[in-house]
Amino acid sequence: MVIDLAQFALYALLVTTTAIALGAWMDIVLARPRTDHPVFARVDGVLCRSAGIDPAAEQNWLQYAAAVLAFNLAGALVLYAILLTQAAHPFNPQHLPGLSPWLAFNTAISFMTNTNWQAYGGETTLSYFSQMAGLTVQNFVSAATGIAVGVAVIRGFARRETKTIGNFWVDLVRATVWILLPLAIVVGLALVALGVPQNLMPYTSAETLSGGVQTIAQGPAAAQIAIKQLGTNGGGFWNANSAHPFENPSALTNLIEMWAILALPAAFCFLYGRMVRDRRQGRAIFAAMAIVWAVGLGVTYAAETVGNPLIADVVAGAPANMEGKDARFGIASSALWAVSTTAASNGSVNAMHDSFTPIGSLMPLVNILTGEVIFGGVGAGFYGMLSYVVLAVFIAGLMVGRTPEYLGKKIETKEVKLALLAFFAMPVGILGGGALAAIVPQAVAAVQDPGPHGLTEILYAYASATGNNGSAFAGFGAGSPWHTTAQGLCMMLGRFAYIIPMLAIAGALAEKRTFAPSAGTFPTHGPIFVGLLVAVILVLGGLTFFPALALGPLAEQFAMAAGTTFAVH
Amino acid sequence: MTLFRPAATVIVVMTVLFGFAYPLGMTALSGALFPREAKGSLIVRDGRIVGSALIGQMFEAPHYLMGRPSAVAYDAANSSGSNLGPTNARLIGAVRDRASAFVAAHGVKPPVDLVTASASGLDPHISPDAAFAQAARIAEARGVSPAQIRAFLRERVEGRALGLFGEPVVNVLLANLALDAAFPLPDEPAIGAQASDG
Repeated sequence: MVIDLAQFALYALLVTTTAIALGAWMDIVLARPRTDHPVFARVDGVLCRSAGIDPAAEQNWLQYAAAVLAFNLAGALVLYAILLTQAAHPFNPQHLPGLSPWLAFNTAISFMTNTNWQAYGGETTLSYFSQMAGLTVQNFVSAATGIAVGVAVIRGFARRETKTIGNFWVDLVRATVWILLPLAIVVGLALVALGVPQNLMPYTSAETLSGGVQTIAQGPAAAQIAIKQLGTNGGGFWNANSAHPFENPSALTNLIEMWAILALPAAFCFLYGRMVRDRRQGRAIFAAMAIVWAVGLGVTYAAETVGNPLIADVVAGAPANMEGKDARFGIASSALWAVSTTAASNGSVNAMHDSFTPIGSLMPLVNILTGEVIFGGVGAGFYGMLSYVVLAVFIAGLMVGRTPEYLGKKIETKEVKLALLAFFAMPVGILGGGALAAIVPQAVAAVQDPGPHGLTEILYAYASATGNNGSAFAGFGAGSPWHTTAQGLCMMLGRFAYIIPMLAIAGALAEKRTFAPSAGTFPTHGPIFVGLLVAVILVLGGLTFFPALALGPLAEQFAMAAGTTFAVH
Repeated sequence: MTLFRPAATVIVVMTVLFGFAYPLGMTALSGALFPREAKGSLIVRDGRIVGSALIGQMFEAPHYLMGRPSAVAYDAANSSGSNLGPTNARLIGAVRDRASAFVAAHGVKPPVDLVTASASGLDPHISPDAAFAQAARIAEARGVSPAQIRAFLRERVEGRALGLFGEPVVNVLLANLALDAAFPLPDEPAIGAQASDG
């Protein structure tokens, strides 16, 4: 117990201190992309000119959004083609065949949108070529897209009386080359040193001590796992994701990978404080995120420690919920990962969320349902959070009867409407997609578990897709044409129905004049604002889904406490 | 279309950089710096690969330490947990069956990790309690005293990382290799080679 709490505290300290430093570095690299920078400008200059781009030309929000969409479309098409034609490529020692069009569509959208939902198992489906040339590339560039859009949105808040919010291509190159790549090399090599494989060998055949044969999947894993965690991607190299002892061999690799999950999303808060030239604003948002994260961690940790009363009488000691958890992580490191990976829209798992206790899985689910803004995806979580900030200052304005202001700018009808538009992406995808999945016969067949848990499986699947998280209640059979298609559409909705309105808000705010704060200005850097922001997230984000949560995890918790089990009829 | 050339060029450059240069460079660097780890920490005994130090194996014989239940029977080319929900009658039934079998063989109730399936299906570890609970059975099968086995297992407990992270565990495959070396079965000659687990 004391050791577990000390583990949580040390992890939080590690993330916070490194996030402050990374925020400073991102400010240098990204905030003001001076085209005459002696080092950075040389690299993006060469690349941009070869692509016919003028790195000095800034874009308005519409041009920026068009560039984002064009680049993501190109990326998805390339990945789709690679997956369909897998059998024709080198680096395929297991001779794995090409993917079906359904699965290739789902996987291409999934990795392009930084979701990394996986309707397949890596070691049984993908060649080393597809993992490297297909998935690893999107692991980098989907994360960089999030960083670029995040920085562009912040520019909109920070600038005044201008139409432009940066150049997408320059932001993209800077984010990949100067932020993601160096971190990935360091983390990747550290992981190899601690046991994560990085090779191109065929699968190894071992003669076991018991006289059997064990085929051990290999591959160029460490390089992909490093960027999978840093870029809040989360797609596992192997099926069991970060629970696989090759992906995550020890408590030490677990610490490194957990750090990588939250480091860059948390750094965005401090980057924001620097870019708007008021560090307190960034700290306030960081505090709101940290509060929700800590509460979720406490609840999940407690629920998993108490465990499953239905097996309490047959085991020695406490019935801690070890189903779907590996021994080296136990309860505390698994709960910490589950809450962090769903707070960030990472979605890698070191324990199987489907087997968590109902309340233990409720917190990860709530993290996703509130829109992935508790740190969230790299960049994506922060611009999502800014949509809640706009709504929070609007509500504060209603309460005091003044035109809402934020950072000296008037927040008007247009911005509030756009923020609400972004907000609706989650309910539409999750409740709409989930409701269809619950009534269409060929969709319902994907549900594995009977009783309320089955509803939670559906809810989690569509929340994870729309929220671009990618973790799963993995008993849910997501490989059918229905779900691969519906979830592909939900992933695009959750990604671009946020990006476009948020860029539009940035464009609108960039044009505004700023006013000096007056005595009546509501300060947005103090504890009252932090409390208001948390309340807005929980009321708007949480209550939207409360009826579904009541029928799923809450009903199951009561059933479990009453000693009820559910069987397939 | 003014966006076609930038989008197409940048995705091609990114694919060359991050799809080939980065992973192949990392492969070369890893192989040079950490050759054993990069290849999957394989264990060779008497010239044959017997497994990976990081991947669990199925053990059912009474003279071996048994690992966690696995949803995929330790198939290291198809990792997975059971993904059964906490109120699923199949899960509760499976746990109760495993617990009854353990009580029948050992006379005591099992620690929870010995009757619940791991997340990966390849869990190489068990908790120290789960190891100690099997000491008497292993001692009987190998014809030595339970105290000897218990002391041997205590030596093989790996502590938490930095004293804080993760849980104390025993690596089942490495412990069994060492058991074979230290306490050969009564009717078999000692196995010559020392298990290499470094």
